[in-house]
Amino acid sequence: MTDILPFLKSIISVSGVSGDEAPVADLVQKKWTPLVDEISQSRLGSIHGLKQGTLKKSESKAAASSRPSVMIATHMDAIGMMVTRIVDGFIYFTNVGGIDSRVLPGTPVIVHASGTKEELYGVIVMPPGNLLPEGEGSGVIPMKYLFIDTGLLAGEVSKRVRIGDRISFGTEPVEMSGGTVSGHTLDNRASVAALTVCLEELQSKSHIWDLWAVATVQEETSFGGSYSSAFQLRPTIAIALDMTFGKGAGASGYQTFPLGKGVTLGIGPSVHPFLYKRFKEVAERVEIPIADDLMPEYSSTDADAMQLIAEGIPTMVVSIPQRYMHTAVELVALKDIQRAGRLMAEFVASLEADFLERIVWD
Amino acid sequence: MLSIGSPQIKLLEKLCNAMAVSGDEGEVRRIVLEEVKPYADEVKVDALGSVLVRKKGAGRKPLRVLLDAHMDEVGFMIVHDDGDGFYEFRIVGGIDERHLVGKQVIVGKDHVPGVIGAKPIHLTDASERSHTVSEESMRIDLGPDGKAKVGDRATFATKFKRVGPSIMSKSIDDRIGVAILIELLKNAPENIELCLAFSVQEEIGLRGATVAGYYFNPDLAIAIDSTPARDLPDYEGKENYTYNTKLGLGPSIYPAHSPVISDPRLVSFLAEVGTKHKIPYQFRQPGGGGTDAGAIQQARSGIPVVSVSVPHRYTHSPISVSRVDDWKNTLNLLHVALQEMTPALLKR
Repeated sequence: MTDILPFLKSIISVSGVSGDEAPVADLVQKKWTPLVDEISQSRLGSIHGLKQGTLKKSESKAAASSRPSVMIATHMDAIGMMVTRIVDGFIYFTNVGGIDSRVLPGTPVIVHASGTKEELYGVIVMPPGNLLPEGEGSGVIPMKYLFIDTGLLAGEVSKRVRIGDRISFGTEPVEMSGGTVSGHTLDNRASVAALTVCLEELQSKSHIWDLWAVATVQEETSFGGSYSSAFQLRPTIAIALDMTFGKGAGASGYQTFPLGKGVTLGIGPSVHPFLYKRFKEVAERVEIPIADDLMPEYSSTDADAMQLIAEGIPTMVVSIPQRYMHTAVELVALKDIQRAGRLMAEFVASLEADFLERIVWD
Repeated sequence: MLSIGSPQIKLLEKLCNAMAVSGDEGEVRRIVLEEVKPYADEVKVDALGSVLVRKKGAGRKPLRVLLDAHMDEVGFMIVHDDGDGFYEFRIVGGIDERHLVGKQVIVGKDHVPGVIGAKPIHLTDASERSHTVSEESMRIDLGPDGKAKVGDRATFATKFKRVGPSIMSKSIDDRIGVAILIELLKNAPENIELCLAFSVQEEIGLRGATVAGYYFNPDLAIAIDSTPARDLPDYEGKENYTYNTKLGLGPSIYPAHSPVISDPRLVSFLAEVGTKHKIPYQFRQPGGGGTDAGAIQQARSGIPVVSVSVPHRYTHSPISVSRVDDWKNTLNLLHVALQEMTPALLKR
């Protein structure tokens, strides 16, 4: 098994705030190119890697027109922030994707200055209460009052930064005990790394279905990438590989899972029960520990979008537990990333020519 | 004029990246001892752990001047092992707990990396998000196999950065003072007996300075610290009258800080020196927030004191911001002032 850590570190060290994913897309495309037969980019910027299956058209009814295909979607976009106004060189911002403003004060960030194409280091500032409107200075300071100091003088900032510029977290990746890694944007770059592991595994494993490895854009804001890529590629079945909640300080209960103890399989309306069943069988056969991730209504992953494409697509959700989701210090176990990648590869290899025809509902 | 070049920046970087939470200052003390030994006539580590340095002056009875800068920083102490790499901690010194969730930290002598996590936004509701997370409910997470000892100190993991005209780092308060003291020792004028206190436990009650002032019994003392600059915009665009100090205006001289009134002769003298030598300076707005001068003033039968600070923004947070020019001008104002000090200064 190859060491995925260097690639993971590289992709969490670049930006890719939803809607502006080019920096990470470039790294993904470069990494996947030797692992797939064809690679291209969608009109919205998602990466499509095709690894062709071996099934011949004569061998299957389903393949009469084309070979059946499985799409694995891992979103590569990240939550972040966007510049709203600049006052005396201090940069006010709003969120892109879901951010709890309580995690922000004192956080290092990178401002992607479009004026000069520079990356400016900065810190998120919680202003003193006496500079805020009456009654707003104590307790949680809402995001609209926070701003960024880049250490540059006001004139230097206004030359470089424009309204609408993206801001990403600036924490550097750090390896921690128990084979874990911490950093920002592990949601969902850890899954991109897992899908890369899957592609590497499939270099020496035959599969008869086509595999579309897809790194989607804009998951955190609109599912824009998965809607459009699933429509374009029209896979037979589709899987969202994403992060789920790790058990940790303040996070417990049925939605949370221990780190390093395996991956989770979704159960709920976004998950086709037969795909769940097959994943469970495969995981048990290759001894990958799994747990059930209960999703009573929405999965809040790309599966929710892919399910609704055209005449409908059977979808599945597989997740990697992660602590402190949507903060600058997300934490994930490398072992779980490897497991998710391997499980995906084993699943793809398990697909028979007539897998879909064998689905019997009632 | 003394300059801030690459050796000075490198030393400050080393000092800022070191961990020296109040009561456990060994890491900074070792750097200080290594730096001062070649230049000092006398070096000792006192009962509390402060580094006390003397450089004798020329002449029969030169003015004995004490300069103080504290080595310690605010941080955390591990107080309970919850198992599985989770540790309960308590704040040491004045840290606003709103700066803690979602931050990288380092723990113990080996700087073991950890994080102070936060509940994911997805698992919270609006009502929960309107309440701050309490210190008691936070944990330092070292990862599933993480090991720390109860009693270990911890601090923010942010690393020193040099950005444009600024430095951005944890612990600028008061490693920048420590760096200035070292530089002044290396360029010590001969007209005075220069005493340096690299003090401990400033952040938790000026303790190191209390006994260092007694030990040296100086004719006068200057605390070199770093003070908040709150030169930030008012959200509603009103004029900000309570900025304390402003970045870029030079060293801030304290006329008074609760409850200490600086010796007016020293305040005037520093201002005169600045004006004469065209070194910019500013007066810190009187108000709360003490320095070691408060403790030294009350040592023995009383010591004339003044405080001079390099301003920084975002006190006791993971990242503070200071200007290199303010650092340079503080260093030079003090250097020139020391050279021009005579016993007559205290007879005015």
